[in-house]
Amino acid sequence: MTRELWEGNQAMAEAAVRAGVEAYFGYPITPQTEVLEYMSRRLPELGRTFLQAESELAAINMVYGAACTGARVMSSSSSPGVSLMMEGLSYIAGTEVPVVLIDVVRGGPGLGNIAPSQGDYNQIVHGGGHGDYHPIVLAPSSVQEAVELVVLSFDLAEKYRCITIVLADGSIGQMMEPVEMPPMQSMRKEYPDWAVRGAIGRERRFLSSIYIDPNDEEVMNYRLMCQWQEIEANEVRYKTYQLEDAEYAVIGFGTAGRVALSAVRAARDEGIRVGLFRPVSLSPYPLAEIEALSRQVKGLLVVEMNAGQMLDDVLRAVKGRVPVEFYGRMGGVMPFPDEIQSEIHRLVDAPLEPNGDPRRSWLKRFAHVIDPDGTHN
Amino acid sequence: MVMTDTAQLVYQRPESLADVPTHYCPGCTHGVAHRLVAEVLDEMNLRERAIGVAPVGCSVFAYNYFDCDFVEAAHGRAPAMATGVKRVLPDRTVFTYQGDGDLAAIGMAEIVHAAGRGENITVIFINNAIFGMTGGQMAPTTLPGQTTTSSPLGRDVEQMGFPLRMCEILSTLDGTGYVVRRSLHDPKNIRMAKKAIRLAFETQARGLGFSMVELLSSCPTNWGLTPLDALRWIEEHMVPYYPLQDFKVNPEIAAARI
Repeated sequence: MTRELWEGNQAMAEAAVRAGVEAYFGYPITPQTEVLEYMSRRLPELGRTFLQAESELAAINMVYGAACTGARVMSSSSSPGVSLMMEGLSYIAGTEVPVVLIDVVRGGPGLGNIAPSQGDYNQIVHGGGHGDYHPIVLAPSSVQEAVELVVLSFDLAEKYRCITIVLADGSIGQMMEPVEMPPMQSMRKEYPDWAVRGAIGRERRFLSSIYIDPNDEEVMNYRLMCQWQEIEANEVRYKTYQLEDAEYAVIGFGTAGRVALSAVRAARDEGIRVGLFRPVSLSPYPLAEIEALSRQVKGLLVVEMNAGQMLDDVLRAVKGRVPVEFYGRMGGVMPFPDEIQSEIHRLVDAPLEPNGDPRRSWLKRFAHVIDPDGTHN
Repeated sequence: MVMTDTAQLVYQRPESLADVPTHYCPGCTHGVAHRLVAEVLDEMNLRERAIGVAPVGCSVFAYNYFDCDFVEAAHGRAPAMATGVKRVLPDRTVFTYQGDGDLAAIGMAEIVHAAGRGENITVIFINNAIFGMTGGQMAPTTLPGQTTTSSPLGRDVEQMGFPLRMCEILSTLDGTGYVVRRSLHDPKNIRMAKKAIRLAFETQARGLGFSMVELLSSCPTNWGLTPLDALRWIEEHMVPYYPLQDFKVNPEIAAARI
């Protein structure tokens, strides 16, 4: 297989094409627009469905309708657009139809900016739409990994009849890297026995997220939660780097994890026994693995491109066993490796108490970054 | 009753209508509208190829009453959901069944853009000038002066604006193939409504673009009228504001002999 240079957004789009996506519905928003543009050329030339919707709200409901036919379908967007999709995502979850979504996260809240961010972690991993449901969430840290996770996300969505979201960020979407593309899969010929495609020679079917009797809705919720336990047991994914002999560990996902790896390597060169734990599945979250890590190391540093949204999940796993420190950049700013490296030094030299408040202490020492002269205090 | 050899069946439940009781209030015209759609699906032999999209509102359970495949949309999003179905399955007959809150309030963007794209779907639009399911609040179609639970002193157009005429709005769009308004207040108008529904589905069958039949309908419960008075209220109050007209008819449909 040859390696070609691909832009992240276009690479994810082509990966979906090769995974056999039948229909794409979307709306332009930076920094994911290239997915939409790529699909607008690529899908029609293959005789598949592309449609630019009037809004993300419409796009996700088109995806919802197409998913009800049993077709492989997807959309992509970026943070404010994904916020608009939350209604549809809840309905899709409640109807138990498989859908794939790519969120190329940008700086927020509000209109924010178009720079890379991880500020959608809570919206995607812990919430978004109303009701009890969990999407599978996968976070790539390179274009190659993004391609592989897009392909995987269709299989997972269909296996569990659930939503699978690839949580990328603006840098993954915009940068170019060498990629080995997966082979083109043949298109589906047969459709699942729940698909609504016309009642030709069979009893009618309907797909709905309404269970007007609360007892029936509770049964449905119970089914979703049991299925989620199965997903938690089978679909946790993560990568570790230089953790075998590590006394300290950095935890970061996606681009933050990738930047942290550079810092970890630099710290290793200084003789610090530090490694990196990079969650790939943010939902289900590798809680047990991080718990095990907390029994191995003397301290942990969580690095994110947000104000510590994943930090809370790490704290949930660590349960105060070892000190946890946090370092984040917000609003679309990316950390540099040397920033993380000095945080690793801090962790090694002067760790906080196990039950300290890592977000509060980070904010306090972060003040000089925001306001170096102290003029705004 | 003993059937004799000479008995002739003149009226029966359409095959496309499931043999179950509906939840609609006595005197509500949803049942009539359902039956007309089912009769047309039967006549055109579409039942097995039809996929309906139910709305949020009183007809949220429409999927229980039609004997064909159905999906259930979020409030107002039926045209977007129908678009998703139709684009993936272009040879199926896809229709939405939406009320005025669903279509003309929360779903305004979705219906306008589906019509603008010339989405080859059929929309059955039930206009009863009120939000039925939530208990009779003001809708975009509520008439000036009409009393509802959220316009208790009557709809004051100075403060609450004017009713929306959806056929008039949508028929200006080039993507539409068939946009007409009919009423369900008496047998003659019901027959005309049936013919319009047939032509709307013919429009879709011939790939002539977006088709919609608006049906002026009664809501005796929330209007606080008897079923008969509610039908009279349609004729006396709604028809003057919402004229029964063909707003857009593709020439091929106008020339069709059905």
